Amino acid sequence: MSEAQIAIPVLKERLQRPPLTPGQLSWHRFLRHRMALVGAGLLVALVLYVLAGAAFFSEADANHVDLSSTLRGPSAEHPFGTDLAGRDILARTIYGGQISILIGVLAVVLSVVIGVLVGAAAGYFGGAVDNLLMRFTEAMFNIPQMFLLIILAKFFGVEAPSFTLFGRTFSGSVVVIVSVIGLTSWMYLARIVRSSFLSLKEQEFVTAARATGATDSSIIFGHILPSAIAPIIVSATLEVANAILYEAYISFLGMGVQPPTATWGNMLNEAYSKLEVAPWMWFFPGTLILLIVLAINFVGDGLRDAFDPRSLGGRSK
Amino acid sequence: MNDSPVLVSIQGLKKHFPITRGLLLRRQVNAVKAVDGISFDILRGETLGLVGESGCGKTTAGRAILQIQRPTAGTVVFKGLDLTAQRGESLRAIRRYIQMIFQDPFASLDPRWTISRIIGEPLRVHQIGTPQERQARVEELMELVGLDRMFNNRYPHECSGGQRQRIGIARALASTPDFIVCDEPITALDVSIQAQIVNLLEALQDRLGLTYLFIAHDLSMVRHLCDRVAVMYLGTLVELGGRDELYRYPLHPYTRALLSAVSVPDPVKTRSRPRLPLTGELPSPINPPAGCRFHPRCPQATPECQTRTPVWHESSPGHWVACCLAK
Amino acid sequence: MTQAASLLEVRDLVVEFRTLEGVVHAVNGVSFRIRAGETLGIVGESGCGKSVSALSVLRLIPQPPGKIVSGRVDFDGRDLLQLPKAEMQAVRGRAIGMVFQDPMTCLNPVLTVGRQISETMTVHLGLGREEARRQTLSLLEMVGIPTPELRCDDYPHHFSGGMRQRAMIAMALSCDPKLLIADEPTTALDVTIQSQILELVKRQRDRRNMAVIWISHDLSVIAELADRVVVMYAGFIVEEADVFKLYREPRHPYTQALLDSIPHMDTAGPEELRVIPGSPPDAMSLPPGCPFAPRCTFAFDRCQRENPPLSSAGRDHTAACWVVAAKRKPP
Repeated sequence: MSEAQIAIPVLKERLQRPPLTPGQLSWHRFLRHRMALVGAGLLVALVLYVLAGAAFFSEADANHVDLSSTLRGPSAEHPFGTDLAGRDILARTIYGGQISILIGVLAVVLSVVIGVLVGAAAGYFGGAVDNLLMRFTEAMFNIPQMFLLIILAKFFGVEAPSFTLFGRTFSGSVVVIVSVIGLTSWMYLARIVRSSFLSLKEQEFVTAARATGATDSSIIFGHILPSAIAPIIVSATLEVANAILYEAYISFLGMGVQPPTATWGNMLNEAYSKLEVAPWMWFFPGTLILLIVLAINFVGDGLRDAFDPRSLGGRSK
Repeated sequence: MNDSPVLVSIQGLKKHFPITRGLLLRRQVNAVKAVDGISFDILRGETLGLVGESGCGKTTAGRAILQIQRPTAGTVVFKGLDLTAQRGESLRAIRRYIQMIFQDPFASLDPRWTISRIIGEPLRVHQIGTPQERQARVEELMELVGLDRMFNNRYPHECSGGQRQRIGIARALASTPDFIVCDEPITALDVSIQAQIVNLLEALQDRLGLTYLFIAHDLSMVRHLCDRVAVMYLGTLVELGGRDELYRYPLHPYTRALLSAVSVPDPVKTRSRPRLPLTGELPSPINPPAGCRFHPRCPQATPECQTRTPVWHESSPGHWVACCLAK
Repeated sequence: MTQAASLLEVRDLVVEFRTLEGVVHAVNGVSFRIRAGETLGIVGESGCGKSVSALSVLRLIPQPPGKIVSGRVDFDGRDLLQLPKAEMQAVRGRAIGMVFQDPMTCLNPVLTVGRQISETMTVHLGLGREEARRQTLSLLEMVGIPTPELRCDDYPHHFSGGMRQRAMIAMALSCDPKLLIADEPTTALDVTIQSQILELVKRQRDRRNMAVIWISHDLSVIAELADRVVVMYAGFIVEEADVFKLYREPRHPYTQALLDSIPHMDTAGPEELRVIPGSPPDAMSLPPGCPFAPRCTFAFDRCQRENPPLSSAGRDHTAACWVVAAKRKPP
């Protein structure tokens, strides 16, 4: 090794591109997607509706029974009409929306956690672990989801404790529903995560990290997961819509959150017997479900396009 | 302190990729013998070139030496320690001293990491220094490879190919390794950038006392850069010698054919170079030919070559060859 | 040298690409000509516009985002840029054959190789199926594919890289074109395969007296094949000369620097490779003046202001350089 300083010319090369991070590029792409912006706006409006509406009505209002004014159509006093027990439908859609959306979000959080753990382990470790986890996933897949939902809903019973969030107390059945939906909708995500991991694991930057001596966990969390996050976010977003619908199905079958607590789903259930007589009973919750599902789907589409890795960065020489 | 001239000693290295059949119980029916028994030493401070065409196994050999792919057989002794026998933590600890520079300057950098994070990864992995010391070291490395400080918080996609390769080099140097495997580091770069990177590698070697295994297929660049050159064919070594001697007096028919096929940037010379054409196609590494692997395509093959596997021997001091005809 | 009629003459070709980030000036007024039987080498690094120029001759540039802004491409008496689509399709593959770096851009993975080559002939030459198949077999043999009767019915993925290139050459030559445009066809191939492909092309070109435009960044390959060479940089032609002259006495500083930066296999030297400082200019914002000026050791003030046109640098040798034009102390 020579002691003399060997000059290595510092080529002060300039960067030619504006410094946009991959995140900023995705954001710009999302903003260009018109339907996504419409969806996002609608979503914000609906969330505001269920949150801000609580300022005008209390939960007691939503559950206030008034047998003297049952099955009234929309009027000044009850803009959305009243139901079988004379409860104000407008107030019920507000509080019901809170629960429906909460269930949607929490169920997805649960399914994401399970799905990511299963998919990441299967994709990264491969071999017997992959085999085992995938056979299990496929088994879960092959059981019809509604069937699973019904069985689990019956099975779980109603022993779960109630909890308080944002100053509102939710009954234990919410926990049950969240668990049921979460435990039966993680499989799709697990598959996506697994295939992301399978392909990312072979990427040369992962090999480079391994060559440096990085541990498995630092590779999984530092390298692979951030690159796999895009399909997870897209999938999770769309799953929220599904979860809300599933809540509606369960409630419609009478096994969801029990009245008097309202959810958009069990309001539809109650409307069932009075379909023609009191259409406002199903129209308003039904429309709200439709709107939120649409909004979420538009946003999800926009996210999918925004994250398209083909447009990320691009080639430069 | 080990002051033997040999830094890395590779003996009988093999890497076979199994081919399995069956749905439930997967039986191995055959294997792709990507590397099928190579033995050579890498001397401290030298640049050893490893050349060969596609399918010869040179890239797999590089990865097997670094234990990125765990070898099927053979030993790799680095500074007295057998890498093939190391596992888990002990192997990870050794990785400080053996690093790799990759061919594709885009794919080998995590697109979501900033450049200073990429370069600093080896420091964090091996917990070298405090966070401040690490940042200082990252900036020192960037300067060493000729990257301006402003690259700190940029991303790989904002950089040119040459800049990205410099990042890869800086990362490889971060943990002050002794030995670096360069896996075709200039193949994906423009001609004028290749010269920059090659000069950089040479300067770094002089300054830091590095030892390189330079895997490449550009024979002209190998001639310029390497001290000794090894030639691989279908998973085995066919020749190894000092640069000038190998290029001027190649012993193995494959080496001769390979060298004669190269074009040079001089129309008079290149059109008058005698060519030794190779017939046939490269055989499959699943079922290499019996005897000498090269015999189906060798213009000098004798009946003996079909049955006898040539022995890897030292034909003249420092010049090794595996050919039944070379005495 | 007599001025024989040109087979192909490209005049003042300007091609742009409109991208989200701006307009990329890929080709900025390029002119070259080629005579029958001649081999023209177009050499330059990535982004210099050599591939775009060649693709423009055959109008294979996707029209958004690309746009051939102006220029003429005279082939056999007609301006190809003005031809209606149907006539252009009759030229492609028939009078002008093309070979690419990646054979899979020409070869359909779901059709057998034989079928694809035969189809070219039935479409362009109106041959019947039997005749086309016979010709296909003889073409495959000519390009050195062993047992053509069997390989004819194989799919592209059954072929190795070198074989696919040969198949692509067979397809390009099937209608006996007057001009072959080859865009880096050997770049991804092993040295021994490349050598064989080059020999194949030389043989075929000599036998058919076919003109060849060979595009490459590899100065060694160009030295093998070309009669004349055009050097491109940042969408401009910076030097043009007979091949022997260019390598012996390059006049443009870029050509000189490029030749000094590649190692010669036959001459071992411990010298450092010459490095061209900096990097190529951004094709979206070319500097005024000579595009190479920021990296040129000989640049003086006129170089930064005005872009030099091609001027004489010797007999049949032009270079776009003020230093050369002013006959200053020769670089």
